[in-house]
Amino acid sequence: MATQTVSAEPVSLDPSRRARLAEFWYYFSENRGAVIGLAVFLILVALAILAPVIAPHAPNAQYRDAVLLPPFWAEGGRAAYALGTDAVGRDMLSRLLYGARFSLFIGIVVTTLALTGGIVVGVIAGYVGGWIDTAIMRVMDIILAFPSLLLALVLVAVLGPGLTNAMIAIALVLQPHFVRLTRAAVMSEKNREYVVAARVAGAGPMRLMFRTILPNCMAPLIVQATLSFSNAILDAAALGFLGMGAQPPTPEWGTMLAEAREFILRAWWVVTFPGLAILITVLAINLMGDGLRDALDPKLKRS
Amino acid sequence: MLRFLLKRLAVLIPTFIGVSVIAFSFIRMLPGDPVALLSGERVMSPERHAQISHQLGFDRPIVIQYLDYLWGILRGDFGTSIANKSSVLDQFFQLFPATLELSLCAILIAIILGIPAGIFAAIKRGSFFDQTIMGAALVGYSMPIFWWGLLLIILFSGILQWTPVSGRISLMFFFPSVTGFMLIDSLLSGQQGAFKSAASHLILPAIVLATIPLAVIARQTRSAMLEVLSEDYVRTARAKGLSPFRVVGIHALRNAMIPVITTIGLQVGVLMAGAILTETIFSWPGIGKWMVDSVFKRDYPVIQGGLLIIAGIIMLVNLAVDLLYGLINPRIRH
Repeated sequence: MATQTVSAEPVSLDPSRRARLAEFWYYFSENRGAVIGLAVFLILVALAILAPVIAPHAPNAQYRDAVLLPPFWAEGGRAAYALGTDAVGRDMLSRLLYGARFSLFIGIVVTTLALTGGIVVGVIAGYVGGWIDTAIMRVMDIILAFPSLLLALVLVAVLGPGLTNAMIAIALVLQPHFVRLTRAAVMSEKNREYVVAARVAGAGPMRLMFRTILPNCMAPLIVQATLSFSNAILDAAALGFLGMGAQPPTPEWGTMLAEAREFILRAWWVVTFPGLAILITVLAINLMGDGLRDALDPKLKRS
Repeated sequence: MLRFLLKRLAVLIPTFIGVSVIAFSFIRMLPGDPVALLSGERVMSPERHAQISHQLGFDRPIVIQYLDYLWGILRGDFGTSIANKSSVLDQFFQLFPATLELSLCAILIAIILGIPAGIFAAIKRGSFFDQTIMGAALVGYSMPIFWWGLLLIILFSGILQWTPVSGRISLMFFFPSVTGFMLIDSLLSGQQGAFKSAASHLILPAIVLATIPLAVIARQTRSAMLEVLSEDYVRTARAKGLSPFRVVGIHALRNAMIPVITTIGLQVGVLMAGAILTETIFSWPGIGKWMVDSVFKRDYPVIQGGLLIIAGIIMLVNLAVDLLYGLINPRIRH
């Protein structure tokens, strides 16, 4: 059985997968905002990867002769510091470029943690059912009873401030959404004929749960994953802003905003640019999420 | 309806117990000795340690400690602040009106602007107006509100000098607190300019806190309206020759509002999380800032108590929304 599937896969699945991808792209590209979001996101990824190459200065290098310089187009600005410098003479542009690495890294790690945790727990709850399901869902209700940022803040207070702990806390807070979605999808799939057929053919519970059922539940999870990605970036920046996330001098955007707070009425650029970077990143991901939902949600499909 | 209520309560009570277990274990999960953390004394002799440990009940079995904690909560004892030795519940009641006033203003702004915006976007689907509104809603939804607050301070407090930067009212006014709502109290005081001062302090934080709920409500109203507008009974109403205002305002709106009301109810959690950031930026003396300050001061009993109270409020509001939902939509009860 197992060998048969493996040998059959490359031949039979490839064309259909390509067709599915083409269909997906057809619907996704109909949404202009989603395509713009994807383009911006790809640019951000490129900037983050290339940060060491394109950044004009080291992110933590302090230039004593260039403290709180405005951007180059404003009076007193210098071309060497295109977006100005902060209160200790660090180049804003370089810090923002390195900050993109942190934000995208946070998004990836948190979403991966929340998604894998949520899927495993959700599949078990939906597939096994009974008291295990009830117990799991009650625990998720408990997590959801707290405002996410408050719970993350308190968790970081327990674990100690820092980026790693902030990511763990945010992943824990976002995870119940994945559990609920997975469970609901698994419950609606598990009595379908193809699952029964696989069971009759002798598939064990692990194979049924993760190979047979799970791939058919992915659409809502992918949409939720993009939402989590942007939420993770926002929450991590908020924790950084509150002094509980990444610690100075890390060029994380929220932490940069926290350091800039006392200069808001004197140097608008130290406040404006890090926040703008967060907004653009989150907006691009949310635009993509809207497009993904349109392309993956069968209810909205017009065909 | 009674069965529906009992069913909701059957879910709510175990959840609340779970929430209390989390709040209870929070202090015991902290790195370090909880006795030292709670007493606020860094150096103490073993005798003193044993004495405080006994006072706090830490020498008893953990289950008894929890039951004792739960019993205390039921009697309204949420612990005592380390920082100023006052009761957590008293502090909460002192600060809550400020957060409530801010949140109510924010949700009012969000509803008053969000619902009409969503309705018009749905009626004029695909138009320039629709695209602008939905674009703005997506920006609002993606907004890091702590940054948005700072931008508004730069513009309105820094450049234009229209509004003050922080607090609830100018220090030159002093009057007794009657309702705890600064807008109402300042009016009751009869002092000239007091109301204006209170309103100018409130407006920026309220806008900041309203941003995300406004975006969510506008998006939800639009999609609910779109769904309803394609229903048969709306077509029937149109075919009967009713005015567009009647069709949209009476026939469609009533049914479209059902999911919107749920959405508004769900914003309570969003508002509480937003209050943490908004109150910190504007030095607004409410429970959001109280929680952040307590985290920094390591005032663990306050964090523990506040966590439980806030979760309790959210659960009660969600229950109220569920019941309201059951009232206006009988299908849900079964």
